[in-house]
Amino acid sequence: MIDRRHIGHTLPPFEVEVEKGRLRFFAKATGQTDPVYIDEAAARAAGHPGLPVPPSFFFCLEMESPNPAAIRELLGMDYRSLLHGEQGFSYHAMAHAGDTLRFEQRIADIYDKKGGALEFVVRHTRVSNQRDELVAELRCVTVVRNG
Amino acid sequence: MTTITLPAWDALQPGDTLPPLELPAITRLTLALYCGASGDHNPIHVDTDFAKSAGMPDVFVHGMLSAAWLARLLTNWVPQSAIRSLDVRFAAITQVGERITCTGTVAEKFEHEGRRWVRLQVATANEQGTPKLTGEALVAWL
Repeated sequence: MIDRRHIGHTLPPFEVEVEKGRLRFFAKATGQTDPVYIDEAAARAAGHPGLPVPPSFFFCLEMESPNPAAIRELLGMDYRSLLHGEQGFSYHAMAHAGDTLRFEQRIADIYDKKGGALEFVVRHTRVSNQRDELVAELRCVTVVRNG
Repeated sequence: MTTITLPAWDALQPGDTLPPLELPAITRLTLALYCGASGDHNPIHVDTDFAKSAGMPDVFVHGMLSAAWLARLLTNWVPQSAIRSLDVRFAAITQVGERITCTGTVAEKFEHEGRRWVRLQVATANEQGTPKLTGEALVAWL
């Protein structure tokens, strides 16, 4: 069982620069053909200062953490037993290529079901930009299959 | 090129559906590209040997790739700045070879803090109609 004393634990904040080439690669990988997400002129014509960060890409930027395995290591979770159970995003402001985003992660909850056969780790992440504006809040539920 | 604009809130009714987003059959290349572009290098999605060692019959689709498709469903319908939230549950594993369709339905219209909102039910399903991701999104009109 995962030690519940880790509930409330905060991880060291980190910053990630949003790169436009990476956004174009993500567009290709997700089948995105809307030019707003690929072509800077189209993005500007739609009122954006640069290529916009698409809704789910904040989760990918969060993986740019200096140690993306930090929570797994802290809680002693094996990759092979993990499933992504739920993912939530709340949006407060748009982010664009060239922005530097700050990620603040916290273990919000740890609980179990089915007599401990399944454990759940809930991570909350606050994302703000270089102007200290709140951009997004993320909620990730990881499921640990025990036994 | 057309710029997406918000549909008329007044004309929307619960039960209205968004234009569905139909994806081509998923290949291993799809998963390799998403692995690189997303930064999710978990080998269970691209390395069959690893997937088998974890008790899975084969590699399988990143849940967050399906979430990205649901995001495309939404941004095909409204400008991204109008999307206030997206919450998904990974109900079943999406397999290589499946053809996924993303759907959205207006569940509720309401006014809150001087804004007009729509709550959408969103989902992905395979060609048999088996749900893979289910969730909801909130869209706000200024």
